[in-house]
Amino acid sequence: MADLLVSLPVAVTLESFTNIDFWTGVGIIAGIYTIFTLGLQLNVGFTGIFNFGQAAFMAIGAYSMAILVTEAEMSFWLSLPLSVLITIAFALVVGLPSLRLRTDYFAIATIAAAEAIRLFALNARGLTGGAQGMFGFSDEWDSVAETIEGWIVELGWSEVPTLFPLFLVVWVVALLLTLVLNRVQQTPWGRVLRAVREDEDAARALGKNAFSYKLQSLAIAAALGALSGFFLALNLKFLGPEEFVPIVTFLGYAVLVLGGLANYRGVAVGAIILWTLLEGLRFLELPLSETRITALRFMIVGLILILLMAFRPQGAFGKREEMVLGD
Amino acid sequence: MEAGTPSIHGGVPLAERVREAARSHPARTALAVLALIVLAMIASKGLHDVAQRGLNGLSLGAIYALGAVGLTLVYGILKLVNFAHGDFLTFGAYMAYLVNVTWGLPLVVAIFWAMAMTAVLGIFLEKVMWGPMRARGAGMLQLLLMAIGLALVIRYAIQFVWSTELRQLDVNLTDTVDFLGLTIGRTNLIVIVVGFAVLIGTGLMLRYSLLGKRMRALSDDLDLAETSGIDTSRVILWTWVFAAAFAGLAGVLAGAITQLQPELGFELLLPIFAAVVVGGIGNAYGALAGGILLGVVIEWSTLFIDSRWKTAIGFVVLILVLIIRPQGIFGKAKTI
Repeated sequence: MADLLVSLPVAVTLESFTNIDFWTGVGIIAGIYTIFTLGLQLNVGFTGIFNFGQAAFMAIGAYSMAILVTEAEMSFWLSLPLSVLITIAFALVVGLPSLRLRTDYFAIATIAAAEAIRLFALNARGLTGGAQGMFGFSDEWDSVAETIEGWIVELGWSEVPTLFPLFLVVWVVALLLTLVLNRVQQTPWGRVLRAVREDEDAARALGKNAFSYKLQSLAIAAALGALSGFFLALNLKFLGPEEFVPIVTFLGYAVLVLGGLANYRGVAVGAIILWTLLEGLRFLELPLSETRITALRFMIVGLILILLMAFRPQGAFGKREEMVLGD
Repeated sequence: MEAGTPSIHGGVPLAERVREAARSHPARTALAVLALIVLAMIASKGLHDVAQRGLNGLSLGAIYALGAVGLTLVYGILKLVNFAHGDFLTFGAYMAYLVNVTWGLPLVVAIFWAMAMTAVLGIFLEKVMWGPMRARGAGMLQLLLMAIGLALVIRYAIQFVWSTELRQLDVNLTDTVDFLGLTIGRTNLIVIVVGFAVLIGTGLMLRYSLLGKRMRALSDDLDLAETSGIDTSRVILWTWVFAAAFAGLAGVLAGAITQLQPELGFELLLPIFAAVVVGGIGNAYGALAGGILLGVVIEWSTLFIDSRWKTAIGFVVLILVLIIRPQGIFGKAKTI
């Protein structure tokens, strides 16, 4: 549980408040959650479908990559597009029957599908390594990271944190995706998505195949989930089923509502706020055990969700008039 | 009908009539299919094994059913998918631990205390959270995310107080009882007896008591119930009392046959959802039947597959039912 949160490389000290390695680690996680939550934003904020299985897409993307690289000895770079396709295929298999259900049933169906995937990863030991997990898929990335590090050193910064190249790449990808999605939302395709969110029957009456649009939205979210999974795997250099517990999706929702619904730019802000807050707790030097600190952080996440939904459901930068308030 | 179709009864082909019958009597059809599966299992694995596994499944089935009846009533009446319901179970289990182990009182006292405390939690949350949110006309996403937030707060408050260490209630897990050639742990037997007694009591209460009738009326149509003079806010409060108390009881029973840890209830939540969906969301009798059925089916599955896969069976059942018959075995097809 919560390995994501204790995976930062630096011990709990006050010095780490100014420690660049530490904040690079926090930045990477915030970037991963930005990409992860952009998918949720597309589904929840712009299409009105409550996808609670985003962690499964992350898992399938990451595991496909790791299996293709270590078992099938495929090139890392080739494995990435292939893994995205595999994840999209899974999203279609899940979405075809379940997107016809009412929104609340869809939420339950997707969380069940996500747990089924995690249990599969845990029990199909021959394929996924079970609880021991998978390693050794990141060699090709590591050499690229070294090249990037070399460039930065040439620019005159000698003490580059080990994970800084990953940090750069994660955020370049996250910001590019934010721009692209923002653009796409203004196309006719994006407007139909919003029409589906507001009134599916009306969209259908205009001759739009609402079901197909919802399926496309889910497939793109799955691709974004897979991307975030690659970065998660590269950050940890390890993959285990515990990285994909349902709480990962719930954290994504916390990022989503912090940044605001129906606003792609808010996602990065939400991710930075949430992870700075959660990791910043380390500097309070609370006289508590590690389990209690973990418990406290998740209680805070829970409270954020409750209070935001009660008092500011549109989040920090969301538009209230764009929220699906009724059912 | 085309002339070429061979048929005796009014020209309707047999396959068509079977399908029609299946559609109009889903419960009977499900029972028939189940009977066929059981017969096939007995034929291939022997009566003793099938009966023994079925018996093992009853204790888990009773726990699922107790959890499911509350979840389904809350959904039916308040249209709230309560993701925090699993954590009500955990809360109940730890309340019992407090009385039974920390204070050293008998388990019976612990059970009543756990049910009472979980009911108090349910009322408290209705008063400070769900009631005010309903009054403001909160949407489904808001309620769903609040329930998830609440689940996190309860679960991690428990982890904060009792840590993640595995804990055990003061129960006898070694003694067994033998009858008819079958063996069952004494505690498991107690769980089955307590669970079924409460479930039958619940069934009778819902069927015959005025409160039970009112609850079902609200679950059918809240506005109509209100117009016909039912004090809905009172019934809603009672619904929370029942839902939470039964969740607390289910948590204690689950804790008695396994071990306590902060994710105890969350791990039971998805099978409980499965039981609710199998029975038709909002249908209390369906949830009772669905829970017991699911418990037994999960144990039966271990006759054919490695038992480490058995947790996945709950999800498979859930997903299959959602695909094939999302309104559940006893539900109505109106608004899926």
